[in-house]
Amino acid sequence: MAKITYKHPNGTDTVVDVPSPNTVMRGAKINNIDGIEAQCGGSAQCGTCHVYVDEANTLPLPPMHESEDDVLYGTACPRRPNSRLSCQLPVTDEIDGLVVHLPEAQS
Amino acid sequence: MAGSPAPPAPPVSSVVIVGAGQAGADTAAALRGRGFSGRITLVGEEEALPYRRPPLSKGYLGGTVDAGDLELLPASSYADQGIDLVLGDRAARIDPEERSVVLDSGTRLSYDRLVLATGARPRRLPVPGADLDGVMTLRGLADAAALREALRGTLREGGHLLVVGGGFVGLELAATARGMGLEATVVEVGPRLMARALSPGMSEHLRAEHLRQGVRVLLRREVAALRGDASGHVRVAELDGGERVQADLVVFGVGVRPGAELAAAAGLEVGDGILVDRWLRTSDPAIHAIGDCARFPSARYGRQLRLESVQNASDQARCAAAAICGDPAPYEAVPWFWTEQYATRLQIAGITDGHDRAVTVGDPSGGRFSVLCFRGERLLGAESAGRPADHMIVRRLLAAGGAGLSPGEAARPGFDLKEYQGRSRQPA
Repeated sequence: MAKITYKHPNGTDTVVDVPSPNTVMRGAKINNIDGIEAQCGGSAQCGTCHVYVDEANTLPLPPMHESEDDVLYGTACPRRPNSRLSCQLPVTDEIDGLVVHLPEAQS
Repeated sequence: MAGSPAPPAPPVSSVVIVGAGQAGADTAAALRGRGFSGRITLVGEEEALPYRRPPLSKGYLGGTVDAGDLELLPASSYADQGIDLVLGDRAARIDPEERSVVLDSGTRLSYDRLVLATGARPRRLPVPGADLDGVMTLRGLADAAALREALRGTLREGGHLLVVGGGFVGLELAATARGMGLEATVVEVGPRLMARALSPGMSEHLRAEHLRQGVRVLLRREVAALRGDASGHVRVAELDGGERVQADLVVFGVGVRPGAELAAAAGLEVGDGILVDRWLRTSDPAIHAIGDCARFPSARYGRQLRLESVQNASDQARCAAAAICGDPAPYEAVPWFWTEQYATRLQIAGITDGHDRAVTVGDPSGGRFSVLCFRGERLLGAESAGRPADHMIVRRLLAAGGAGLSPGEAARPGFDLKEYQGRSRQPA
């Protein structure tokens, strides 16, 4: 379980408790948080669950695999150093308090 | 219809969605995501909660994914979001005058807006023996569950799978079956595999992979008849020309028929699908049609399209939801598709059908390459095997109109899409 904050482009926040096992993407979907599409269902190939991890983040996130890195070449909003695919971020107790920013568009 | 003005935005207090697949479920979620506070009723024929279909022909059949893993959302999410799920019931008819839908159970649902997301049903070839035991199709979870059992049974008995049709479903099934250790033959009437979706180069790459994996691929061949044993179970396929192929399990992967009957009976315009305008409205502006069942005008490709993909279902769901919420925009999403066969992940950006020039980039001999397809100077799309960055970059180029990259530039020795994108994104 982890508390996750999804920050919307309009400045509002949605804060939810997401049980494990889940991903940060799935946490958004099950809470119907607008701004995460995840069309491929979480297989790191569509780039529609793009998030920007908060720049102040110190929580341990898994390293990026090559396929995630490749997909981030074509996200609808520009890639930044803190870009991740939220389907590749498992929800664990260790990321309790994670803050992610949703991009303006996913597709 | 394409020239009509954007739809007006009268207040909407109730939406009925017929069809609880990807398109229907995403419509409900997108309406709530946009803040729609009226009533949403999602009607599905199947008993199962709305689920993801792509894994059915891959991980689910192979046994690495279970039905529960496929659910788009847990049941609690629908309740939390105030989405009324009506499962195991079917829309029997629409009354457009009264704006209501009557279900098989007799329930009458009235609507301000109706969304038809009725999907499609697999075709069977009308050959003798098509109704024998062991002759199947694959579309829904129930089909997949039955097929999963049949594959295991056939494997235990040392039987042989015959796949009729060398398209997405047929080839994914053949790959999954080989992964289980089953002998498999694919019979395709056309001159090459996935001919509607792929350029000849990528099509041949796929055929070579299936041959390497031990699948027998018969092109330009048709099944003339299926023959059974004394108990009525299929055992042999007779092909045109007289050849007989062992076939203890037969699966038709020969395309689908769009679910347009309900719409046609209600007097809506249909023709290989339910006809819609650029805003995905049917000939009755209170009724939208989306996903596999809808035929829409594509400004990007200059013709009418009916697409069978998750992307199309999901993006059209968002488009219809936006229109219902009074924020209409024409549907212009870039189509994309994917398939997984053995270790090959093949992604298609755009629609490459109709290209007159194909440029291959990457490493074809290593199985990681893309075929960029142009018509004249314009990029139509690309097929990428093991090259997800190429796929993503081409989607962005297509979203920007597809005019930036010329075939001449792509064909230059050493051309690389990542490098090209890096250059073109530099500030002027």
